[in-house]
Amino acid sequence: MTAAARALRARRAAGQGTPVLVAVPALVAIVFLVLPTIALLIRMPWSRIGAIYREQHVWTALRISVESSFEATAAAIVLGVPLAWLLARARIPGVSLLRAFVAVPLVLPPVMGGIAIFAAFGRFGIAGAQVRGILGEDLPFTYLAIVVAQLFVAMPFLIITVEGAFRISDRGVEEAAATLGASRSRIFLRVTVPLVAPAILSGAVLCWARALGEFGATLLVGGNTVGRTQTLTTAVITVMGDKPNDAPALALPLLAVALVVLGGMRDRWMRPVAG
Amino acid sequence: MKSLRTCLFAAAVAVPLALAGCSSSGGGSAPSSTTPTTTAGTSTAAASDNGGGTQVVKGSITVYAASSLTGAFTTLKSDFEKLYPGTSVTLTFGASSDLATQINQGAPVDVFASAAPKNMQQVGANALQAQNFASNVAEIAVPAKNPGKITKLADLARSGVKVAVCAPAVPCGAIATQVFKNAGISVKPVAQESDVKHTLALAVSGEADAAVVYVTDVLSAGKSVKGITIPAADNASTEYPIARLKNAKNAAVAEAWVQYVLTPAAQKVLTADGFRKP
Repeated sequence: MTAAARALRARRAAGQGTPVLVAVPALVAIVFLVLPTIALLIRMPWSRIGAIYREQHVWTALRISVESSFEATAAAIVLGVPLAWLLARARIPGVSLLRAFVAVPLVLPPVMGGIAIFAAFGRFGIAGAQVRGILGEDLPFTYLAIVVAQLFVAMPFLIITVEGAFRISDRGVEEAAATLGASRSRIFLRVTVPLVAPAILSGAVLCWARALGEFGATLLVGGNTVGRTQTLTTAVITVMGDKPNDAPALALPLLAVALVVLGGMRDRWMRPVAG
Repeated sequence: MKSLRTCLFAAAVAVPLALAGCSSSGGGSAPSSTTPTTTAGTSTAAASDNGGGTQVVKGSITVYAASSLTGAFTTLKSDFEKLYPGTSVTLTFGASSDLATQINQGAPVDVFASAAPKNMQQVGANALQAQNFASNVAEIAVPAKNPGKITKLADLARSGVKVAVCAPAVPCGAIATQVFKNAGISVKPVAQESDVKHTLALAVSGEADAAVVYVTDVLSAGKSVKGITIPAADNASTEYPIARLKNAKNAAVAEAWVQYVLTPAAQKVLTADGFRKP
């Protein structure tokens, strides 16, 4: 008997290790989730990749994708964390209705998200004149428009994750800080937020991933102009219409970025609020 | 085990029979014993049912069609089902390139109608005897209020005018590029959409001052946009091919649908939606 087998038997005897009830479905889940990605990599037009990257503006689109998704995520943290606190803690009437509104972008069909942004902030949108007053130009078809589109679609992921953490975080510490004379804003920044920091991080990662892959609203509101508002995701669709066999190559940088960022995250950062 | 197999076999036979019986309006006899009862005045369509003389036109088919055909094909579907009692046509609309990809992935489709020959070529030998049944030309759609004060094609080249087109890879984008080239103007579009309906949406919402779309899209948008005609000398067109697919489940109905789309009656429906003769 090898040492490994002995160790396995010892762990089994101690009631540790992975139960079959977990192992089998988990294995199915792994195959289900990983195989499509592996298959995409296998079917990748590797021999043409150099040519595709030269002719399809991949690098510019990748830069725009990465920059805009990080900006959208930063904005989502600044605006979304306070809103999550409000949803979790504030005793205001209609808070559950507000929560429902926050979740709407999650279920909105992609193009409808774009139409909704037009209706609100577009040239003839309800708040269009105010937006024009601030920016000096109409929002649609600008670089900012793709950040706004991504923020609209992706921020709910962060809010929902962080709200859950605010609900279960320990309020005793906050009360202690209050009895020591800390102001409310100080307590929020120095006590409450650090308590839910892991949830903010995992919410931000979800939000960023969604922003990076955002397509429908970004395409419509941004305009898919090469070098300015074309992200790698919207570029994929353009290439799909022309040379469908080339399209998977454009997903490669997104896959790589996602694997590096998510794979590089330490386990403990991904944990929700520690008990 | 044997009885289960027999049972399954019986079910497999009985279900299509039952369905055929349910959907046939002219008496529910066995499919092999009846031929389609054609009504007077539609003899052209019935006569053109060539190649399938011995086959019975009954049952259901699935037709994949370019999204610009939505209005016309929906009308044709009800006319066709009236003409051939016992048939049922399921229509699926989408971007021609997406539909071609789905067909190549084995989607259970009987007929494909594409907005460009390129996408028909994409399905390769699966398309049997593709023929052009319509064509479409470009037109400028401006928002009803016409904020850019567009009156002619050359206005699209003015600086500050926000023009939406389809991406060059999409048929409607290729046409827009051709139109600008024909007119000798340089247009810097603010938006290049992946689908003609998205391009149109930018004119409908007023976000763009002008959108280069198909004549048929301007008609379908009704009063929400105004059409500005592109001079024939500058305009470009795309052909719409249709074909029965080799792996069609119901070749007889599929062939009947293809032939029906080519009849004068069906062409009239297409013309009413703005399509031109091929």
